[in-house]
Amino acid sequence: MTPDREVAIVAFAQSDHLRRTDDLSEVEMVMPVLHEVLRQTGLKAADIGFTCSGSSDYLAGRAFSFTMALDGVGAWPPISESHVETDGAWALYEAWVKLLTGEADTALVYSYGKSSPGSVRDVLTRQLDPYYLAPLWPDSVALAALQAQALVDAGAADESALAAIAARSREDARANPHAQLPGARPQGEYVVQPLRTGDCPPIGDGAAAVILAAGDRARELCDRPAWIRGMDHRIEAHSLGVRDLTDSPSTRLAAERAGAFERPVDTAELHAPFSSQEVVLTRALGLDDDVRVNPSGGALAANPVMATGLVRLGEAAARIHRGESDRALAHATSGPCLQQNLVAVLEGDPRA
Amino acid sequence: MSVTPPPEVLRAPLVVEFPFTRSLGPVQSAFLTGLRERTVLGVRAEGGRVLVPPVEYDPGTAAELRDLVEVGTTGTVTTWAWNPEPRRGQPLATPFAWVLVRLDGADTALLHALDAPGPEAVRTGLRVRVRWAGERSGAITDIACFEPYDSAADTEPATDARDHDGAFEDPVTGIVAPARLDYTYSPGRAQTRYLHALAERRTVGERCPSCAKVYVPPRGACPTCGVATTDRVEVGPRGTVTTFCIVNIKAKNLDIEVPYVYAHIALDGAGLALHGRIAGIPYDQVRMGLRVEPVWSEDGRYPDHYRPCGEPDADYDTYKELL
Repeated sequence: MTPDREVAIVAFAQSDHLRRTDDLSEVEMVMPVLHEVLRQTGLKAADIGFTCSGSSDYLAGRAFSFTMALDGVGAWPPISESHVETDGAWALYEAWVKLLTGEADTALVYSYGKSSPGSVRDVLTRQLDPYYLAPLWPDSVALAALQAQALVDAGAADESALAAIAARSREDARANPHAQLPGARPQGEYVVQPLRTGDCPPIGDGAAAVILAAGDRARELCDRPAWIRGMDHRIEAHSLGVRDLTDSPSTRLAAERAGAFERPVDTAELHAPFSSQEVVLTRALGLDDDVRVNPSGGALAANPVMATGLVRLGEAAARIHRGESDRALAHATSGPCLQQNLVAVLEGDPRA
Repeated sequence: MSVTPPPEVLRAPLVVEFPFTRSLGPVQSAFLTGLRERTVLGVRAEGGRVLVPPVEYDPGTAAELRDLVEVGTTGTVTTWAWNPEPRRGQPLATPFAWVLVRLDGADTALLHALDAPGPEAVRTGLRVRVRWAGERSGAITDIACFEPYDSAADTEPATDARDHDGAFEDPVTGIVAPARLDYTYSPGRAQTRYLHALAERRTVGERCPSCAKVYVPPRGACPTCGVATTDRVEVGPRGTVTTFCIVNIKAKNLDIEVPYVYAHIALDGAGLALHGRIAGIPYDQVRMGLRVEPVWSEDGRYPDHYRPCGEPDADYDTYKELL
């Protein structure tokens, strides 16, 4: 769809992504990131028209865990606020829709996840079909490995191609001061064959925030706003056995509806927690070698679950803010084997 | 008022366990009952495609699906992944392959485990068959796993799906899916400082540097101002009952006789009330404004309850903002 109101990402901040943050509660981890996006724009919490967050009680191990993090926003007296129990990219989608309605001119979107308190591979089994899948406890690496083997069988990838994606991502992450795994490292042993340690994302904690603004407000707050030209999200059938795991038609459809195929993009931030999933996504989106994929290092360099997708949107926007990109595609995913996919197209104004 | 360095991090095990009780739709009920009876059912989708495991609605069109069919207990691996270190709850305790298996007569694949000696024994296209669990209850785990099936006579995987009425004696209508997740909880800086002070029988809140409100217990942020609370302020030990309720139902696993009083207590110097039990006074004599003091638990880590301290009742105006 083509939005009839201009909305842009005008600020982005993220925490350092770390294996553990035992000394910080969630709100203590989130608050500095919130303060940083407010600082970038000069806005105060009271200036924000709408606030939306993304997180998961299953990661935290506690019900309504997001209400504690909300303290960091300054939510009293009550603000206009919402929460999604998934990656913050979907919180950004909700905030974008809110701004399109005209009910708000600015929005604060944030998300966070601490994977360190629990075992994220097991935690993610609880999102699966409770009748046929969850009783078998198939963990997130196992499901991604089934998808990777399907790619190998289809001739779309081999282990050396996957290793090259892992190495490129972590080399690129050297330039990302927030990354958990900067610099290439050995691929290591099989975690679940054919995926090796290097093909899997690091486990860690982190947070991210962006500020959205509409029209002239965006131009006031940011020298070069990252205009959201389109955004859409789509989902696959939930049963893994009915899907073609080597393809991602939901990503392609979301991209088409976001306008991604109208003109080439120069940059793509893809939410591919596993090296093999980058193969699926670049194929589904038809990205050619001219497109700079995951200059931030992507999810293979830092994977704060529930924030990783929002970080993709933020990183793509930040490249536009810095003048390093004119038209970028940002993608976020949720669920096993790229179950649900969100695509946004961001553009900067022409440079003088 | 002082700013102290972060104390030693506290950690405690946190186990979240829940048995999900789920009812089954007619297709799921027939499928899971069928497994109990060593029969694998699928459902015919629009266009004749046979879905195994069966679903109640067509994944493409959302049409209601009810035409059950029986498919084979042998099939073909469509993709696989070797799991060298099985995790808790997974179908096999020794290394195994995760597999998607298209059973003979089905058009879609079922996820399960394959018992094989090693990854070299597994490939896409491998012929496999169901190994039934010894005890079956009507659950996906009634299939213990798959095992390789190398009958030379079975080179043509051509079992057609046969119509099936889905009727069994004593059908299962629900499942109980137990889930357990283990965490190691750390409370963060502010709550860690609070808990360390409690162990010294002191109640230490934190003041918002912006609005000066003192939070007890502190959570690390002032929800009004959205900034970190860092200035530590010792409050209490005495306080005022701002409001209360009388509990008449005994809580499970709680060794307290009912009725008892649970109250909001504004400790002296605190900007909001915390909650605690009131004892040492008949329940029907507790009142707003009652002045109380903590009674520490035997191991001294936290106040077990609060009791009257003998002071005259506080004037309403002194606590009305803390209600």
